[in-house]
Formats: sequence, C-alpha cells, structure tokens
Amino acid sequence: MSMRTPLSRITGRGSSKFGTEDYWIQRVSAVALVPLSIFFVLVLICLVGAPYEKAHAVLGSPWVAIPMGATVIAAVVHMRIGIQVIIEDYTPSDLGKIAFVLLNNFFSALVALAILWAVAKLSFGM
Amino acid sequence: MVQLLLPKNSRIQTGKTWPKPDGGTRLKEFRIYRWNPDDGKLPQIDTYFVDLDDCGPMVLDGLIYLKNKIDPTLTFRRSCREGICGSCAMNIDGLNTLACTKGLDEIKGKVKVYPLPHMPVVKDLIPDLTGFYAQHRAIEPWLKTVSPTPQTEWLQSHDDRAKLDGLYECILCASCSTSCPSYWWNGDRYLGPAVLLQAYRWLIDSRDEATGDRLDELEDPFRLYRCHTIMNCANTCPKNLNPAKAIAEIKKMLIERRL
Repeated sequence: MSMRTPLSRITGRGSSKFGTEDYWIQRVSAVALVPLSIFFVLVLICLVGAPYEKAHAVLGSPWVAIPMGATVIAAVVHMRIGIQVIIEDYTPSDLGKIAFVLLNNFFSALVALAILWAVAKLSFGM
Repeated sequence: MVQLLLPKNSRIQTGKTWPKPDGGTRLKEFRIYRWNPDDGKLPQIDTYFVDLDDCGPMVLDGLIYLKNKIDPTLTFRRSCREGICGSCAMNIDGLNTLACTKGLDEIKGKVKVYPLPHMPVVKDLIPDLTGFYAQHRAIEPWLKTVSPTPQTEWLQSHDDRAKLDGLYECILCASCSTSCPSYWWNGDRYLGPAVLLQAYRWLIDSRDEATGDRLDELEDPFRLYRCHTIMNCANTCPKNLNPAKAIAEIKKMLIERRL
C-alpha cells in the first residue's frame, strides 16, 4: 500500500512538455494524405490491366514517383504516430510499452525503406 | 493489454429482490448495484420497486424513497437535489448523469443504477473520487497573478467574461471523466475531460498571468493528448457543457504558441 499523497501520485514526474509536435505532425500528414491518396488510387486505376512495361514506365516517371515517395513518407509517419498512440492507450506496463514502441519504430522504418527502395528501383532501373 | 473480462471478484451477481410496497398501483422497477466492503460478498444487483404515487419525479427521489421506506442500507451521495452540487452523479440507464435532474419519466422500463464507471467503489453507488479531486488540485484552479493586486477587484471586459461561459458552470460531478474510455485506461496519468475543462477555464481567463506555465504543465502525451475526441464527455454532461471542445481549444493554444 502506497503512502504517497493523492496529489503526489497524480503529479508524478511532472509534465514531459512533449506531445504537441506529434499531434501537429499527425494533422499535417493527414492533410497531405488527402490529395496524395487520391492520386495514388487514380494511378492504380489507370494501371489496371496495363502491361508490365507500361506500369514500369508510369511508376518510374518523376511525375508519379515523387508523389508516390511523398505518399509513403506521409503514410508511414502517420501510421507510426497512430500505432504509438494505441500502444500508449492500451499497454499498462512500462516495459511492455517501451518494447512495443521500439518494435513500432523499427517496423515503420522498415516499411518506409522497403517501399522507397521499390519506388527508386522503378525510377532508376537498378 | 485490455482486460476483456472483469476480475473474478468484480463480477456482478444477481442480488435480492425486495418486497413491493403495499397498495402501490404505479410501480417502477429499479435495478441497483450493491457492494459492501464489509460483508466479503461479490457485487450484486438488487431489485426494488418504487411506488410512483408516493415519490417525487426524479431518479434521486426514487433512491431516497427506497432508502427511507424499503432498505435503509442502500448507500449513495446526495445533497442539493437540484443539479448544482454534483454529489449524486451515477450511471443511470446506461448514461452518467445526476440522479436529481434525471426524470423517472425519461426512463422506459427498469431503472438501472450503477456507480460512476471504472472508479474504485467505496460502497454501493459511492465511487472513490480521491484521484479525480487530486487532478483538479494539480491544475491549480485559482487565479494566478504577478502584477500588484489592485485596490479593488481584478477587472475584466464583458467580452472576456463571456469567454468563461460554458466553462464556469461545471460542477465537477465527474460524469464526463468517468464516461471517457481514455480516462478508464489511463486515469492515473490522463487528466480527463472535467479537469481539462477547468484547466481551460483558467487558461482563457483574461485576468490570469500564468497562461504559459499552465500550458507547459498540460503539454504531455498523457496529461492532455490522451483525448481522442471520443466525445462521450459532451454526450453525458448533465449540465450540457462540452469538455471535448475545451480540450480542442487547449490543443489549439499549444499549436499556436509554436507557429
């Protein structure tokens, strides 16, 4: 049984003076994803049934590759913060929280790098 | 992770059915959460009947009827009986509200009464609000100034005074905080809608000189940013206030001071 006062328990280690940046980036990436995801879906629709060479040429052109890269970055940044919020909401233990946040960061980086590599490969034909 | 089932010692049992009052023709059935820390039993739901012809119009009137005439051990908080003290906040018919302002005629069928959700229970319908009050204390809910105190009162324009409307009316009944899933899961670190509404009441007060310090104290992923605009708070508030909007305004203030 803790003998700390209720106020001491509630104030804890004080305010981390953090969170606004993540909140803001979450909003900025959300706004960016509105046009980007519409463009992404349009490109997919245009490429339905297209032969490999045409798909390669379209996705490799800078007019498509650059928005694709932007979509990946905005989506992964948005996803990373979103998943972290869910982890913080539902993981009661500090250790579990740290482990899941770590995994989330690695997973997000891996997803972003893999897709960016694919986009670069289409553009530069490596 | 999230508990999908209540712990074994919190699972609610079927309780006692109390006798119907003699001679009553218009009876209203109440199903009330009962738990006594002294008898070692699990929580249970007791069934009661209120004679509407012998009872006032509100749910609180029904509870007082039951305590006076049927079961004196039924335990609940109440004081002003007119929606200004916030003592009788409880979960009625699935919604946190004040028993004294919730009309019996608003409830179809049985009147289901539980204590405010996800708080430790002291007894029956009485939640332990110690943490909630400590959170209110933690935001320092009083005027903070550095300038010399004036001879008379601190002055405020009519427009600035109007900014406090929709905030000062809060009676701290805790209905909103205890309806908030974010507060359920992280109530030890998330301040909750009621306290954040109070925090905003002092942030927006034109006479206060500690706005920056207050914002610093709130800027935290848990204290403030656990609000995911679920809006249960605004939905349940018995005073028709909107804590979610106040929280959004705090977030806006924090963004604006960076841009």
